[in-house]
Amino acid sequence: MSIKENFETPSRYKTWSLALMGVGALSLIVGYFLYSNQDGGTRFWSALLQNSVYFLLVVNAAMFFFAATTLAWGGWQISFRRVTEAIAACVIPIGAICFVILLALVFGHKSNIYEWLNKDLVQHDEALKGKSGFLSPSFFIVWTILTIGLWILFGYRLRVISREIDDTPLTVQEGKKYIWKNTVWSAVYIFWFALTVASVTPWLWLMSLNAHWFSTMYSWYTFASSFVPGIALITLFVIYLKNLGYLEFTNKEHLHDLGKFQFAFSIFWTYLWFSQFMLIWYANISEETVYFKTRFEGAYAGLFYLNLVINFLAPLLIYMSRDSKRSYATLTFMSVALIFGHWIDFYQMVFGSTMKDHVPMNLFDFGVAAGFVGLIMWNTARVLGKYPMIPQNHPFLKESIIHHT
Amino acid sequence: MSIKKFVVGGFTDEQVLFSAVKKVRSSGYKIHDVYTPMPIHGLDKAMGLRETSLHTAGFIYGITGTTTALSGIGWIFLSDWPLNFGGKPHFSLPAWIPITFELTVLFSAVGMVLTFCYLCQMAPFVKKHHFNLRSTDDLFVMVLECTEKNNESDMSAFLNSLGAIEVNVQEAETGWWLGRYDKDSKPFEKKKASLA
Repeated sequence: MSIKENFETPSRYKTWSLALMGVGALSLIVGYFLYSNQDGGTRFWSALLQNSVYFLLVVNAAMFFFAATTLAWGGWQISFRRVTEAIAACVIPIGAICFVILLALVFGHKSNIYEWLNKDLVQHDEALKGKSGFLSPSFFIVWTILTIGLWILFGYRLRVISREIDDTPLTVQEGKKYIWKNTVWSAVYIFWFALTVASVTPWLWLMSLNAHWFSTMYSWYTFASSFVPGIALITLFVIYLKNLGYLEFTNKEHLHDLGKFQFAFSIFWTYLWFSQFMLIWYANISEETVYFKTRFEGAYAGLFYLNLVINFLAPLLIYMSRDSKRSYATLTFMSVALIFGHWIDFYQMVFGSTMKDHVPMNLFDFGVAAGFVGLIMWNTARVLGKYPMIPQNHPFLKESIIHHT
Repeated sequence: MSIKKFVVGGFTDEQVLFSAVKKVRSSGYKIHDVYTPMPIHGLDKAMGLRETSLHTAGFIYGITGTTTALSGIGWIFLSDWPLNFGGKPHFSLPAWIPITFELTVLFSAVGMVLTFCYLCQMAPFVKKHHFNLRSTDDLFVMVLECTEKNNESDMSAFLNSLGAIEVNVQEAETGWWLGRYDKDSKPFEKKKASLA
């Protein structure tokens, strides 16, 4: 039967993913020799921090997507759920890389990246002294271990639950129990997600680059900025697999819904972005405006407006009509644009704090990003190939087949 | 507004209705409308209705709201009555955005509701003929329009053969009118009479 089919990685795809990873490794080595001894390696470590955190949050957003839809007892995503699971499996390698980078920053005492690592500065600064319980190496490391470790653990559990019914058709009673088990584990994951991505983790990893500055909306804003490219990544994989002839139960109705997700969460991102910006702009208190000083008026003004054009204006105007959300070409174009656009957003989040004087973007940044893209491509295809692409015994599969928008 | 003759068929099953709609269309009879108790996905496509222009209208209303807000606030704060708010420049776009957003939403929402009522010919005191009162409860009602070329007994038989559980022929007003229903079609009085 055709729905048993497994994904076989085309050789061109494999070559591309390996080549991109090669480019990433090469950029890393070249960047290490060029930048790691210059100004304490700010340029080098900022690029690593930005890329690893961005791509980790993006693949983690795929996990959030299937956990949230499972928690809501949604059925429409079942026909391509294995794709989101395979993307979410990338949390393991990218989480490990990100963890190593964060540990290296803390143990290497990179106070040019995280200024709160500088003990002398903290001693003589009342504001930083007050935050020292939160912004301390021990809390940072413990929280990072918990964050990444539990994402991996819950993600693994959810994927195991998903696969355990592959060869056993369920009765109605067993199906109900199965759905309940899924729901509980999704809820556990979502709970942890709320404590990490939606609150504490972006404060630690990204907001603390400006140790004095704070914004309570920052984590939500970071979440929105990672969820949009997460959905875009799912869309790209679904379209790619459709073009290869897989996923026969997934059709334009499902893609239409993914397009709606991208559209809606782009607007959500803009809402949070604007709420954060306008309150600070309006109040005009110097300890708050310091964040936007470099971005709104300084060297990052170009990226500031580019960010808005790609992530707000483009989806607003292009995704507004129904037909564009159902067109493979528009979806592919916009998905790539949004993944790039939010990469730019993370770029200004990190570099706007660590290198305020000029925008140092060059091939090194794109090379490192290419490495992560290659890693995601390679790992997703590897995980996809191991198991059947469609969970054919899932109780909600029929709901997904007859899905209609 | 004119009186026309209609053949009205009632269906109890959605699947039967769908295939009936397809067969009626391919046989060349003219479907006046299909009345259903709840929205049915895909029925508009099966009937060959064109896509609604409501969303285009909504977009135009939204753009109108945006323009109204920006030009209104712009005129007030730049030329008519410039005020100094905490030393901000007179042209302060970020401060204008919330009101612009609200007016965009207000214009598009109110405009779309009114347009929807217009497209569906709904307003207070506007009345239209009900072909079968059960179409608001548990019956899918398909109404065919009679023309000079076909006769109603053929159409009734055809609807019966497609699975309609009840078929009748009615002469009814096609458009809307202001006022009240005729006594015959008053739903609740009729019920009382039959109960007694």
